[in-house]
Amino acid sequence: MLNKQIITSLFTTVALSIASYSAIATPLEKQQAEKLGLEISTQAKQRDIGWVDNTSDMLMLLRNKQGQESTREIKTKTLELLDDGDKSLTIFNKPRDVKGTSFLSFSHAVGNDDQWLYLPSLKRVKRISSRNKSGPFMGSEFSFEDLSSFELEKYSYNYLGDEQINGLDSFMVEQFPVDENSGYTKRIVWLDKVEYRVQKIDFYDRKNSLLKTLTYNDYKQYLSKYWRADSALMVNHQNGKSTELKWDNYAFKTGLSDSDFNRNTLKRAR
Amino acid sequence: MNMVNNLKITTLFAALGLSSMLLPLAASADEFELSGKVGFEQRYFAEKGQYEQQLDHSQTSIFIEPEFYWDWNNGSDTLTFKPFYRQDEYDNERSHGDIRELSYIHASDDWELRAGIRKEFWGVTEFQHLVDVINQTDGVEDSDGEDKLGQLMLNLSLVKDWGIIDLYLLPGFRERTFVGGKSRLRGSVLVNNNNVSYQSSAEDKHLDLAIHWSQSIGNFDIGSYWFHGTNRDPILTPVTEGNKVVLNQYYNQMDQFGFDVQATIDDWLWKFETIYRTTDDDDFWATQAGFEYTFIGVFESFADVGLLVEYGWDSRGEGDENSPGANVQNDIFFGSRLAFNDMQSSEMLIGLGADLEHNSFSFLIEANRRFGESFKVSLDVRLLQSTDKKDLLYGVKDDDHLQLGVEYYF
Repeated sequence: MLNKQIITSLFTTVALSIASYSAIATPLEKQQAEKLGLEISTQAKQRDIGWVDNTSDMLMLLRNKQGQESTREIKTKTLELLDDGDKSLTIFNKPRDVKGTSFLSFSHAVGNDDQWLYLPSLKRVKRISSRNKSGPFMGSEFSFEDLSSFELEKYSYNYLGDEQINGLDSFMVEQFPVDENSGYTKRIVWLDKVEYRVQKIDFYDRKNSLLKTLTYNDYKQYLSKYWRADSALMVNHQNGKSTELKWDNYAFKTGLSDSDFNRNTLKRAR
Repeated sequence: MNMVNNLKITTLFAALGLSSMLLPLAASADEFELSGKVGFEQRYFAEKGQYEQQLDHSQTSIFIEPEFYWDWNNGSDTLTFKPFYRQDEYDNERSHGDIRELSYIHASDDWELRAGIRKEFWGVTEFQHLVDVINQTDGVEDSDGEDKLGQLMLNLSLVKDWGIIDLYLLPGFRERTFVGGKSRLRGSVLVNNNNVSYQSSAEDKHLDLAIHWSQSIGNFDIGSYWFHGTNRDPILTPVTEGNKVVLNQYYNQMDQFGFDVQATIDDWLWKFETIYRTTDDDDFWATQAGFEYTFIGVFESFADVGLLVEYGWDSRGEGDENSPGANVQNDIFFGSRLAFNDMQSSEMLIGLGADLEHNSFSFLIEANRRFGESFKVSLDVRLLQSTDKKDLLYGVKDDDHLQLGVEYYF
């Protein structure tokens, strides 16, 4: 559960401490590295709070080793909840055979998410198990957990150091998933120092070898506050496949409410 | 082409005519979308049929199911029109058209009004859909009872803190469709589609009513309803017509209580459905219950393997000379669902159903995969066995078959 007050108080102390640590390039004690890792991640989360709701269109381009492509067209509607994980509705438009299929998720910072799938050909709403976090999303290189919202409680942290990435001075933070059903032992996340935007993530599989790299491109600012990338590329180093995401029609504070996220809206979502 | 076929094609054109009447609406709509699918289906029966007239081995058919969609007012008002037509190589009954959907929805914050021809699915189990009662079965499409005919309805849906309440007015009733003499997957005696009788003097114009409540509470998804109206299951009585025997359809009035629950706990889905039906002819309870367990990422791959077990019980028990009994009365079902989670969404379902009181079983494999961006290919195998003449499966015991389907989505 997010506690705004704690985050706000962290925010004020973090900026100072990060500045001082960056200046002194000596190895950090384990405890200090953990604390700093959490502080950086908290700062990133804090800067992305208050967008209320969000809709966007997402294009997924799946490519295999031979260069064959397959397209997924997805629409998402998300409602930000400050005292729990977000509520979201995901609507599939392509491939054509899954058109009209939609997915309702009530995510929780701790514990399993509540998820329902609507199958239009059967007119059937199915409650599904959300344990399968590590499985591929629509046959892509993104797993379900890669696409779920970032919540502080999902990881433990470790600050690794600083590095230039995409031409920007960035923090490197190790994040260790708390959930034993995660497909990863850890992720290494690069966040730029100016805006705390995720620039790159390396994913390490259960055997702790590098599995995938995700890079975000062309960040744009919305409502003079919230940064969203125009595209992202996930490359799987082990199977040679990749998936590109392209976002379009970002909109915030569109007036969504709780009543837009139930079985009825799931069934008629387009 | 004979009369019956001509008539059906007229129906198809009438449906298409209707769509051209609706098309001008597109001018005032914010959004119009045409999508749908066309398909080719090839069946191959391993053995010749038990009965005269029946086709020998091969049966080909094609179908089309377009969907016209309009919306206004930011999606608060929508209109969907989905006609369907299948042309079968042999069976005039299976060559049929239907309006699967012609419905208008107005959606507000905490209520929705839905009017027109629609489909409504209730329930949680996989091998039998006991509580699913609103729509009539389209028996010519397939023998598994999964295909339904559109039902005319007025449905008010209210979203409350304590769940979703759906109120239904269902004017008009659809008779079940049955395959014709040339078809396989039928009993020895043909069902008469002409001399249909009803308990209600309103016959197929009876106004049926239903009220349904559903709610999610933690890990539990619960549904419950009361239905009052025409029984979707006909009572079939053999009568002599001229020099042949046919089955006449009789539809009585019923009151039915239904309840279903699914508990979703980690990798387990626990499922339970029950109904109580009361008619002037008999009263009974029936239950279908079981579980589905999923192994995630088997053999170091991304494939998931689901195991399903369900049991079906019915208080009517097996049929005898005096009562038809229940088809699923003490039956067990095993299944396995294999999802490869690949780019082509390859899937396979294996199912086995067995009657625990006599020698009767059915086995099926359903596999499908996407090809390119717009094609879906499915391959089904069904094996049916029974040695008990009273059993429903006895009539189709020689109808083991392979079915190839190719569908193009647009």
